[in-house]
Amino acid sequence: MTATATPAKAEVKTRATPAERRATVIGTVMVLLAVFVFWVFGLGLESGVRSTFNLSLPGERFQNLVWEVNAQWLSFVVAAIMAFLGGLVLRRSHVKWTNVALAIGLGLFALGFLTWAAAEGSFSLVGMLRSTVLLSVPVTLGALSGLMCERVAVINIAIEGQLLTAAFVGTILGSAWGIWAGLIGAMVTGALLGAVLAVLSIRYRIDQIIAGVVINIFALGLTSFLARRVLSQAPDLNSPGRFTSIKIPILGDIPVIGSMFFDHNIFVYAMFLLIIALHFGLFYTRWGLRSRSVGEHPKAADTVGINVYRVRYRNVILGGVIAGFGGAFLTLAQVSRFEENLTAGIGFIGLAAMIFGRWRPLGVLGAGLVFGFARALQQKLGILGTPIPSEFLSMTPYIVTIIVVAGVVGRARPPAADGQPYIKD
Amino acid sequence: MKLELKGITKQFPGVLANDNVNLSIGEGEIVALLGENGAGKSTLMNILYGLYTPTSGEVLIDNQPLELHSPGDAIAAGIGMVHQHFMLVPVFTVAENVILGDEPTKRIGWLDARRARKMVKEISGRYSLDVDPDAIIEDLPVGIQQRVEIIKVLAREARFVVFDEPTSVLTPNEVEGFFEIVAGLKADGKGIIFISHKLGEALEIADRIVIMRRGKTVAEVLPEEVDEEKLAELMVGRPVDLVVHREEAKPADVVLSVENLVVLDDRLQRAVDGLSLEVRAGEIVGIAGVQGNGQTELVESLTGLRTSLGGVVRLNGEDITTKSPRAIHKRNVAHVPEDRQKSGLVLPFTVTENIVLDSYYEAPVSRGVQMNWGAARDRAVRLVEEYDVRTPSVDVLVSTLSGGNQQKVIVAREFDRDVALVIASQPTRGIDVGSIEYIHSRIVQERDNQSAVLIVSSELDEIMALSDRILVMFEGKIAGEFDSSATPTEIGLAMLGSQGGLEAS
Amino acid sequence: MTESGTPPENEPGDKELPDWYARVTGVGSSLRQALVIPALALLSALIIAAFIIAVTDVDILPLWGTDPGEAFRLTIGGIGDAYKALFVGSFGSVRAITETLFAATPLIFAGLAVAVGFQAGLFNIGVNGQMHIGGMAALWVGFSIAAPAIIHIPLAILAAIAGGALWGGIAGLLRARTGAHEVITTIMLNFIALFLVDYLLKTTVFQQPGRNDPISQKAASTAEFPTLIGDYRVQIGFLLALAAVGAVWWLMYRSTIGFEFRAVGSNPDGGKYAGINVAWIYVTVMAVSGALGGIAGANQILGLEPYRGISNFAGTVGFDAIALALLGRSHPVGVLFAGLLFGALRAGGREMQGAAGIPIDLVLVVQALVIVFIAAPALVRAIYRIKTPEQEGGTTFSKGWGA
Repeated sequence: MTATATPAKAEVKTRATPAERRATVIGTVMVLLAVFVFWVFGLGLESGVRSTFNLSLPGERFQNLVWEVNAQWLSFVVAAIMAFLGGLVLRRSHVKWTNVALAIGLGLFALGFLTWAAAEGSFSLVGMLRSTVLLSVPVTLGALSGLMCERVAVINIAIEGQLLTAAFVGTILGSAWGIWAGLIGAMVTGALLGAVLAVLSIRYRIDQIIAGVVINIFALGLTSFLARRVLSQAPDLNSPGRFTSIKIPILGDIPVIGSMFFDHNIFVYAMFLLIIALHFGLFYTRWGLRSRSVGEHPKAADTVGINVYRVRYRNVILGGVIAGFGGAFLTLAQVSRFEENLTAGIGFIGLAAMIFGRWRPLGVLGAGLVFGFARALQQKLGILGTPIPSEFLSMTPYIVTIIVVAGVVGRARPPAADGQPYIKD
Repeated sequence: MKLELKGITKQFPGVLANDNVNLSIGEGEIVALLGENGAGKSTLMNILYGLYTPTSGEVLIDNQPLELHSPGDAIAAGIGMVHQHFMLVPVFTVAENVILGDEPTKRIGWLDARRARKMVKEISGRYSLDVDPDAIIEDLPVGIQQRVEIIKVLAREARFVVFDEPTSVLTPNEVEGFFEIVAGLKADGKGIIFISHKLGEALEIADRIVIMRRGKTVAEVLPEEVDEEKLAELMVGRPVDLVVHREEAKPADVVLSVENLVVLDDRLQRAVDGLSLEVRAGEIVGIAGVQGNGQTELVESLTGLRTSLGGVVRLNGEDITTKSPRAIHKRNVAHVPEDRQKSGLVLPFTVTENIVLDSYYEAPVSRGVQMNWGAARDRAVRLVEEYDVRTPSVDVLVSTLSGGNQQKVIVAREFDRDVALVIASQPTRGIDVGSIEYIHSRIVQERDNQSAVLIVSSELDEIMALSDRILVMFEGKIAGEFDSSATPTEIGLAMLGSQGGLEAS
Repeated sequence: MTESGTPPENEPGDKELPDWYARVTGVGSSLRQALVIPALALLSALIIAAFIIAVTDVDILPLWGTDPGEAFRLTIGGIGDAYKALFVGSFGSVRAITETLFAATPLIFAGLAVAVGFQAGLFNIGVNGQMHIGGMAALWVGFSIAAPAIIHIPLAILAAIAGGALWGGIAGLLRARTGAHEVITTIMLNFIALFLVDYLLKTTVFQQPGRNDPISQKAASTAEFPTLIGDYRVQIGFLLALAAVGAVWWLMYRSTIGFEFRAVGSNPDGGKYAGINVAWIYVTVMAVSGALGGIAGANQILGLEPYRGISNFAGTVGFDAIALALLGRSHPVGVLFAGLLFGALRAGGREMQGAAGIPIDLVLVVQALVIVFIAAPALVRAIYRIKTPEQEGGTTFSKGWGA
């Protein structure tokens, strides 16, 4: 018998792993951004120019809280920290921390950018943070709807259509019978469209993406058709009331935090409660265990007596309810009238937020806030009047979405059976 | 207590999978169900487990007919099943998998993790299975995963347990351990159905052997009445030659040489971890090993489908480490892939299109950018004849062919050249005996034409029947090398990572 | 060959084989299947649309309570008027027929764009954006250079092809390099293109002097697509669309690159195994698809009045194309006929809006319903109780997000 022994621990010279390559790219980008901050935000400003950030809103208990900084000085500090972090990432010694460094770096970049934009003026920081939370609501709810479905392996690309139709129904019922009727109607609408998606993709096994696109086209066509045929003739059906803010005593008076989180309409509070409920529901209850098993390995679930179809139907319809709730937010809280295609891609951005949030409720919350921030930034910068054309500011959320789905900020595993119909027999 | 299947018939569109099958099993009895791939064993068991509804016939326990519409019904009736492809959620823990479907909960459906863990520990201890309830399934070796499946079945208090090809994922030594577990179950009074196509194992463990062929039960024998040859004849319906006939190998120059290869798997773990090997012209080198020890990644890397992280691969002295699949194919490397339906074929394509799948860009199948379908079809017609592919025409979709004939399409396409190196992964997985014999003889023929041949198979029998030299792969490395006179036990030890093969020299 | 193997019936070298047709059209072997299901799908969609018209008539709704008979009569009359206008507007006269062809032109290009993607396993929802970018490129060539029409028009179309291919190629590149699903990226690129067009239209390069709103200069008359018959609007774009149908057919079924497209589309792993550079195919497919979308965009600017760029000039063509490609089963010839049908719906829809006051958005609803019925043959069979559940050659795009 012959034998060739392999050294127990072969020391092999290896090429870069994907993670290391990614670290190189990200590190380089961060260093370049640092140079950009130094050059444009730092050297581009007169020395001694100050930026003022308002930390309180009119009507709050504590007034006139401001943070005033030397804009150039702050830009230099930001550039230095970013360069340092970029250098750390480039050294590849702590590949695991790449994402953390990237997140801090991007946060600093945003700060530097705001400082530059607010130079020689004042900027309502707390107003923007409050908008961030508000604008994150439809994105987060859309993402949670997607999460409900994808956790049981049904891709819901129809979030956009569910939001739009629910917003429409919410408007009409809200105008006719009051905002609570509008809210309930919107949620029922979401459930119905969820049921349509479920039937098409589970019962008829239509490709789930096609089924979703169909629902979107149908929703766009139907709401536009009805808006022109009905709402234009009966404008009083297009002015529902609004859910107003309810300030939580004591907590709502805390500077910054109070305005951000504790002085909102019911949609915001419901969103936070939903996040918590879904987090515990998904990972600590029987419902969650069964749902996840159906999304990861439906056959295994089937062989232990779980009705895969029933679980899928239930979750997809519940996902529709959540999207319907988000749709109601659009016309019963954010604005109080319906316009053709008023969602403008929010549903798809929600889908990206779900991916970015790694199919986890808490992750989705974080992702939703990032998108909310992008939108808030876009709005506030429009008011500040920067040299950047408004069209480019409007593009930001969509560009951020592409960056997110391209996995530039890391990538997680989707549920293993995602998108695949389950076929018994 | 007695479980009976009476007159089971199952008709699929165009296929009569089960034809009036009868089977019975008592308490504390082990019945082996033997048959070729496609004989109808799995269909029968899926009916027993409530996954399929029979066209006619019934299942009885103690002469009471059962209503089996779903696995839940089967579980309630005390029937458990250990599937060939494990029904475990890879990202769940052992305990989560065990309780799934029958979860201990507190109020509002809150999972009682402590009780789940206790239950796993208790069963694991009772049958000495040694399983950690908090381990994540995908981190466990297949042998342990199988034990988790057994715990799942026991946790549901099954009285009858079906094992579907349980030994196909185990090393010879693990098989011994598995038999001990089964013996323990038997002593506990469980009735056991043991599905297999391995004759020796059936003879060793079964109290009774039932043989299926083409959807029918053709014989029921006692182990002491028969031997392997007799069983094989009953299974296939004609005398079978269990040995692959081949001349002594005449190894010549080194064709393939691999040095210190490192390859990452999809989870970015080192699946191949500093592996070296050589294959010479005119010899068949077999790679044995339990599935999941890096064989897939090794083959994908050698054929250019997966980029390696380190090391050097040479073909006839030329460095091909970073070459593309096409560049490697052009250097006359034939590749029979592990999963014919996933990567070897394009199922919605015709036989013709599949025959030219990796040569469509060369004359005469194409002229410049224009395909020449006439020439492609000529080639397909010739190869279908030459390689005995049984198909009504070369214009039918390849998906309509049987597994064996699909595999022959791949072999025909890959071998129809002056092949320098054959890399064949699981070349006969899941196909009928006739096709197995044919493909084995073709592989030997390639060797005799002075090709270098590298076979990867998790079927140790296949490796031993074909190989002139056997390498055992364990955790991404070569854990032992043997010549064709080695015994399964020696090889089995190496498959478990013991350095037995090395010390024996 | 052994005794059990059946020898092939056709002589080797036959060019066209009967089951080839079924394969490439994806409709099963019978002509009945190819026609009956789409016809029934359209019929079902029109019936449901009629119902929607009925229940949304604000004037008649109160009448149902007081005089149901009269309400019913008026409703049926209203639906009759609407569908009559739909027919008259699409086939009722020579002008109507030319309007149908005129409306079908961009739809055919866009439908081919989606169909090419489908066959290669990619779902291009971004035709809208590719039309915008391609159209703007064509427009720029259209007003910035002076040349005789014989040179000017081809140059403009080449620019459109380049622009569309670039915009589609971005999504292809993202899919190939990062695994980002093209459904999301193309939709996002649609929005980005929309804003980009709005921005460009206000730059001095494009903007009509003296205007403040997003509207461009007029293209030179040499760049305008000449009309085919008299003063009817149908122009050479339609002939180009016919040529594109032929070109795509050759590309998909007679060229090696089409073989690669289809192999990757049916089984990417198989394609990779066969030595095809799958990443490169994704980029190429999206570029080809985008190029076709770009031509559709050029047609929307150089093929009709006022020969200018305006905000969202692509309209809903890019989305109509999805329904259209599904209806045509992604086969170029199928797309041609589906394009003519949708062109008729568009032309007739305008008449319906004008004569019967039904918003043209109803056409979108009809299209969505058509896709549902097409994509789920089982549904149509269930409704009309058709037997013969043959193999359903469904395409699958959703395999997770390609992580």
